[in-house]
Order: sequence, then structure tokens, then C-alpha cells
Amino acid sequence: MNRNLLGAAAALLIAGSLTSSAVAADKLKVGFIYLGPVGDLGWTYQHELARQALVKELGDKIETTFLENVPEGPDAERAVEQLVRAGNKLIFTTSFGYMDPTLKVAKKYPNVHFEHCSGYKRDNNMATYSARWYQGRYIQGEIAAKMSKAGVLGYIGSFPIPEVVSGINATMIGAQTINPNIKVKIIWVNSWFDPGKEADAAKALLDQGADIIMQHTDSPAAMQIASERGKLAFGQDSEMIKFGPKSQLTSILDTWAPYYIERVKAELDGTWKSGDVWGGLETKMFEMAPYTNMPDDVKKMAEGTQAAITAGKLHPFKCPVVGQDGKEVECKGGDHLEDSQILGMNFYVKGIDDKLPGK
Amino acid sequence: MQLILEKRAERSRTVALASPLIAIGLTIVTMTILFMVLGKNPISALYVYFIVPLADGYSLQEIAVKATPLVMIAIGLSLCYLANAWNIGAEGQFLMGAVAGSWIAVKTQGTGAGHWVLPAMLLLGALAGALYALIPAICKVRFGASEILTSLMLVYVADLLLDYLVRGPWRDPQGFNFPTTAEFDPVATVPTLIEGGRLHLGSILALIVVAAGAVLLGKTIKGFEIRVVGAAPRAARFGGFNANQLILLTFAISGALSGLAGIIEVAGPVGHLQPGISPGYGFTAIIVAFLGRLNPIGILIAGLFLALTFIGGEQAQITMKIPLDVTKVFQGILLFYVLACDSLILYRFRIVSSSPQVARGAH
Repeated sequence: MNRNLLGAAAALLIAGSLTSSAVAADKLKVGFIYLGPVGDLGWTYQHELARQALVKELGDKIETTFLENVPEGPDAERAVEQLVRAGNKLIFTTSFGYMDPTLKVAKKYPNVHFEHCSGYKRDNNMATYSARWYQGRYIQGEIAAKMSKAGVLGYIGSFPIPEVVSGINATMIGAQTINPNIKVKIIWVNSWFDPGKEADAAKALLDQGADIIMQHTDSPAAMQIASERGKLAFGQDSEMIKFGPKSQLTSILDTWAPYYIERVKAELDGTWKSGDVWGGLETKMFEMAPYTNMPDDVKKMAEGTQAAITAGKLHPFKCPVVGQDGKEVECKGGDHLEDSQILGMNFYVKGIDDKLPGK
Repeated sequence: MQLILEKRAERSRTVALASPLIAIGLTIVTMTILFMVLGKNPISALYVYFIVPLADGYSLQEIAVKATPLVMIAIGLSLCYLANAWNIGAEGQFLMGAVAGSWIAVKTQGTGAGHWVLPAMLLLGALAGALYALIPAICKVRFGASEILTSLMLVYVADLLLDYLVRGPWRDPQGFNFPTTAEFDPVATVPTLIEGGRLHLGSILALIVVAAGAVLLGKTIKGFEIRVVGAAPRAARFGGFNANQLILLTFAISGALSGLAGIIEVAGPVGHLQPGISPGYGFTAIIVAFLGRLNPIGILIAGLFLALTFIGGEQAQITMKIPLDVTKVFQGILLFYVLACDSLILYRFRIVSSSPQVARGAH
């Protein structure tokens, strides 16, 4: 009952603030759904940086809102719909697991536009976008093979979905150009963001003889462990050099800002269209952090490879790609694997003596 | 001079009634200070948390959807706790129910099976939850194993079993390896009640469960036995009540309700089986059970109230840019005050001026 009284009082008192928000109503409202906390210093942090860049660029025309730490379960659909109901007209849902919830809400609100990161289901009002991180993984594989004394790489996987599997394969293909006998040990932590598990996985990999840590998870925990143990590691999603000043070789930096700005501009112009954007180094959908903690010749090699990939002269999945079973994979893209083969990658390449979960 | 907690001769009825109101009042005061420190208008913030979600049909539906599993599980847990049986593993029973029920959905997928599918799923989900809960109960009765530990450990077993199934045998062949089953067929889906909303049949079932719980505890001999065994074990023994039998019974009921909640969640709001179907419902329900003072109606209110803070927390993030962490702080403060105020039902403050004295019974 006292809540009702409070409500009545509050209704009177906030009447003023409601009218002030009505003034801003002609601004385009853009919403974001984040998987982790904005301070995860990895995946979500990069999306948040892009949102901030977006506000800096178009702040006078748009108003942004985000919901953080939204689990990929029954709460996701509500979170997306809450943003729709709050008047957001363009909504970015930034994790694979939001695919079905986003699609459900998109079907319900055909006049709202949705952008889903890293999924494969689309609709007239639901576009998808992602980055060709495998390009960066190939470079990292080359560096890792050069820098590893033991010839064993430690790889922390999140989920065995094609994005992650293609990253592992690209790493190995890159590494094999330097050291054909390179080995990789993989631990799946079954989570995108779980600093505790990520740190445990890094420790276990180092204990098993790996001397370079690579990760496809979102926190800097593994980098910190590598740093503590005096080992080398690659960052992921964001610049992690401050967590391993003597450890980080490079890091794949997700740079979503240009894409976000482009899409919001299109929405403002009324030219937004659904589609799929899968950009790489050539369109700066991601970038490589400076090459550090390595000799000059390795750095030169990495820069050379990066330039070749950017120029389209080198494709990480150039044919022949040989599967674990020793058979050549059908080459559908001319001289390299077709995009659809990479997007649905469900096999390990030769040289990985591990079993793909669920195979 | 010092302040001591002194046990009351008997429960204070006045405090028992006033305690939740005092707790809410103190929470509001604390949050007001916190909002002011954060530079947010406390009145609009509290308005967004508590009133806005109650103001439109969509949010009300979402509150019901969120509260449904919490209430259903908490009713079962309250029976256990009243009977002094400590089931901490509702999360595992929830997952087992979800897994068992999903088995039918996965096996009948695309076979054009009839309308028997959903009822069969719900029954199997409840049965699996009950059987899973009986494991720690039997270990307790037969071997004296701590049911707190065994039921908790079994949560992780259920979690990993679900994980294995959706990564392996039940994985959606078209799902690009992502750990999920295909979307369930319409006959395997819990129907929604209002066009365009997410309110589903499960919420009605939850209300029936609340009513059944109230009747069981208030009107039946079994309910009386449960309460006596918990409150006065010696008296119960003299009365010829079989405590072990009641442990088995309450665990089975609790497990069945958790399992039912699990399969309803999967066949309802989620629509397929995947890891992470429960954002900790089984554990949050423990809080709901105690917030509701192990009373069915109290649990219904507590479940709805907790759901309200979740929805309100999202609204606060959207409209006032209040971080999610503040919502968690808010829930923590609320629980703290409820428990603190409840201790005043059994204890009271007293100022003593003489030498230190140990508070009797305060342990």
C-alpha cells in the first residue's frame, strides 16, 4: 500500500522529467544487447567502445541505450523486446546466442530493424554482421610456430561452433607453414566469459607443456596467467597488453565502430537494408594490435602476411585444405574454400590430434 | 554500555506483520541514498523500478513469466524446508525435468505426432525431477548422507548431462554445431495465453500449485505432519509420524515441481533445449521460499516481487541508464533487510549498562 502512495507522489514529481524526454523523441533511438558486463575488457567492451564512438560521431541525431550481462537463455527475448518497447528503432544484439530471440522479436515488430552479430538467420528487418577473424588467426599461427620452443600451442575454446573451429584451423594452417609438426592442445570452457574457467584452462594448458596461449574467450584472465608464468600469449577481442606487457604477441581487435556508424547513418537516411556483412582486414572489421615481444624478423613476417591477406593475395583457407581424416576438402571457392564452407566449418584440419566435440 | 540481542519469550506477532514493511522501507531509504550518490533522481528511479513495470500489460505478463518457475520451485522447496529436509538441488531437478521432457520433443520432431506430446512431456518432466530428487533423499534416509551436499552436487551432474546431450546426440543438425536442439514442434510447445505476449499456460499451473500447496499445508493431516516434523521432531516421534517417509515425500514433491518448471520453461519461453536454460532459477527459488516465509501465498508474492525487481532493473537500465550492478545491489540489500528484520521476530534489542553479558540463545 505504501508503494501506491509513493507511486502517486512519484507520478506527480516526475511529470517534469517525462516532458523533457518527450523533447528528445525525434532522435533515432539505437539499442544494444551485451552478453557480458561492459567492463569485461574483451568482447562486450569492444562493442561498448564502438557504441561510444557512434555517440561521438552522431550523438546529436541519436540516443543509445544498452542492456548488459543479458544471458543467452529465456531472458534474452524479453531484453530485446524491452528495447523495442522503449522506442529503439535499430537494435544490435551482439552475441551468437541471441539469434533465435532476436528473430522472434523481429517477426513481431516488422518496422524495427535488427542487427545480429555472428549468426546465420536473417529476415527482411534482421541483418547479420561478423568479422573474418580467421585471417588474424592465420597470422597468429605463424607467429606462434616461430615463437614456441616446445612446438605446442595451448588453445582455449569457448563453444565448438564454426567461428571458433575455423579459428583453430586457420591457426594450425598458418603454424604448419612454419613448423609442419606443430601441435595444439585445446580446452573447451563452454562459456564466452568466465574468467575463473579461462584462467584454469590457461594453467592446465601450460602444465601440459604448451608454451603459447591462444584464446577464443572474452576476458584477459588467460593473458594474466601467461604473464604470471612468464609465457607468451595472444590477446583476444581487445588490446590486452596491460595484462601481459611481456607476454602479448598481438591481439585481434574487434573494431565495430565503422560498421555501426555506417548502419546507423543508413537508418537515418532511410536506406537501411537487411543483409549479411562479413568483413575482414581489408575492410577493417577487425585489426591486429601491434606486434610485440618478438624478434624483428618474426614481426616482419607477421606484417608481410597481414599485408598479403589485406591485399587479397593470401587466403588462409587456400586449397588444398586437408581434413583430419587425410582427405582433401572439396574446393568450392576456386583456389580457396568458399565462404559457406568456412561459415559452417565442422571439421579439424590435419595435424590436430584431438576430436571435435560432438563428432 | 552495549547493545545486545535478546531472545524473546515468544514470537512477536506485531513484528512478524511489520517486518516485511520495515524491510521494504529501509531498502527504499538505502536505495534513495545510493541513487543520490549516483546522481540519479531517486524518486524517478524508484518509480521506474516498482511502478512502471506494473503499469502496462506487457510488463505484467513478463513478470508472470519470470515468476512462474520461481514460484513453482519455491513451493516444493518450502515443503522440504518445513519438514527440515534441506533440498538445495532444485536447479538440478529443474534441468533433469527439462532434459527428460525434451526427450519426447526431440524424438517426435517432424513425425506429425498428435496432441499427446505436450502432456506427456510435462508428466515425464515432473517424474524425472521427482526421481532425481529421490536420490539425495534415499541417501539421507538410508545412509545418513547430508542431503544438502548430495542434492547440490547432483546439480552439476544434471548440468553436464544436458550439456552432453545438446552437444552430441540431440544437436540440431542444421544448427551449425551450436549446442542446441532444433526448435520444438508446435505440439511440443506450451501454448501462450494472450496473442502476441509470452504469458503461457505454465503460469496457470503455477497458480494451481500455489493453491494445492496452501490446501496441503492448511487443510490436510499430511501438511500437519510436515509442519510438526520440522518444528518439533520429538513431538512428531511421539505422535507416531514417520520423519523418514516425510523426507522422501517432500523431496519427491519438490523434485516433481522443479522438473515440471524445467520442462515448462524449455517448452515455453525458450522453445528448445540448450545450455543456460536456467539463469539460476533453482537457487533463486530458495530465496523466494524464505522471502515468502515458507508460506504458499507468501511465496507467490515473493516470486512476483523478485520478478518485478528483475523487470524493473531492465527498465532502469533502459530509461535511466542505471547499471545492472545497481539492480543486483538492490536485490541484495532487500534480502539483507528482510532477514535482518525477521530476526527481530524472535529477538529484540536491549541496551545493557553493566558488564558484558552473553545473549541467551543468540547463536
